[in-house]
Amino acid sequence: MLTKRIVPCLDIKNGRTVKGVNFVNLIDAGDPVVLAKQYADLGADELVFLDIAATLENRGTTLDMVLKVAEQVNIPFTVGGGISSVEHVDKLLKCGADKVSINSSAVKRPDLINELAEKFGSQCVVVAIDAKKIDGEWFVHLAGGTIPTDIKLFEWAKEVEERGAGEILFTSMNHDGTKAGFANEALAHLSELLNIPIIASGGAGTIQHFADTFTKGKADAALAASVFHFGEIPILELKEELKKQNIPVRL
Amino acid sequence: MKLVIIDYGAGNIKSIQFAFKRLGVDAILSNNIDEIKGADKVIFPGVGEASSAIKMLQESRLDKVIPTLKQPVLGICLGMQLMCNSSEEGNTKGLGIFDVAIKKFSKAVKVPQMGWNVIYNLKSDLFTGIKEKEFMYLVHSFYAENCEEAIATTDYEFEYASALQKNNFYGTQFHPEKSGKVGEQILKNFLAL
Repeated sequence: MLTKRIVPCLDIKNGRTVKGVNFVNLIDAGDPVVLAKQYADLGADELVFLDIAATLENRGTTLDMVLKVAEQVNIPFTVGGGISSVEHVDKLLKCGADKVSINSSAVKRPDLINELAEKFGSQCVVVAIDAKKIDGEWFVHLAGGTIPTDIKLFEWAKEVEERGAGEILFTSMNHDGTKAGFANEALAHLSELLNIPIIASGGAGTIQHFADTFTKGKADAALAASVFHFGEIPILELKEELKKQNIPVRL
Repeated sequence: MKLVIIDYGAGNIKSIQFAFKRLGVDAILSNNIDEIKGADKVIFPGVGEASSAIKMLQESRLDKVIPTLKQPVLGICLGMQLMCNSSEEGNTKGLGIFDVAIKKFSKAVKVPQMGWNVIYNLKSDLFTGIKEKEFMYLVHSFYAENCEEAIATTDYEFEYASALQKNNFYGTQFHPEKSGKVGEQILKNFLAL
């Protein structure tokens, strides 16, 4: 049986992890390679690296980091942040990234999704969608959730699938950072509406939140950052509890 | 040990090269026919779309060369699918090494299958020391039907062949290079064949 995936997300700036990461005795908690290896050993199913300060100038630094991660890490990983061209994706994949995640660039130029899917295959195209519920309706937001648009979440998600995305990473801006649980209602609707895997993001605070997003939210994977980085939820413990609740996980 | 990874322009071959490097083997990336023929072991990778991959193989005449290889050959993911008779992806003929057709999962399940699933019914020296129902990482929308040449099966929508073997030819639908320590053991087993 295909298992539900647990996905730690690491924010990257100039090839280094930012935000404190403090879950084991690491000599260098800023080194993405060391962290990625550690997470792989602790049972993470895949990893996401989000370049939060991506610019043309530091693109080389990120590529170098991707190469080093691919050299050392034996589980799949996705790279996102500031990706807007086929050429850039080509470089990232050639450095060893398994998937790339695009967000604002796909909203600005939706054909990018088709181009990437045709050239590299849907399996490596993750479209990240940040959305916020305003007066009962979900709207897509850009630039890390800061710029609102009039694009409706479910319409955009359907279009993203039709254009060839292999997976959707959905972040609820209403839930992100709250540690009060994932946006399970919206997630379940996405899962019913679409036939591609959905990664839930935003709101993880407890082990039960993960269980709920897999059962009530029907998510295929759950992404989180701080609860993993600060050791609040050890991945092994999380997976053991999920298994107890009959949620299929890799243990 | 001369290990060659066939480089015909399809997909993420860096990960495979790195995985062997972690095992202490420097793999050569090549599309040179003499170099491939002269290797001790050959990896046939592939990520992407089947019919365009077949076209790339035809352009370099590798479609004729690969089925004649005598040393152990391991096809991974799309590489394995291309070694079969045909694929519904782009309705293309395959290399015809494995006597099975590649079909698409239906809409009863999410497509692609993406993530970790177990392999079982293991029967090959490729799986020496590997227990039944170990987890492997898979990403695919098309599958090989269960058949006589299956050396591992996996359940998704139904039971399908997640690894194949015929004589010196091996194929895995899963990515051993991305499947943690167990995947590494499978690559080690291949090197030891």
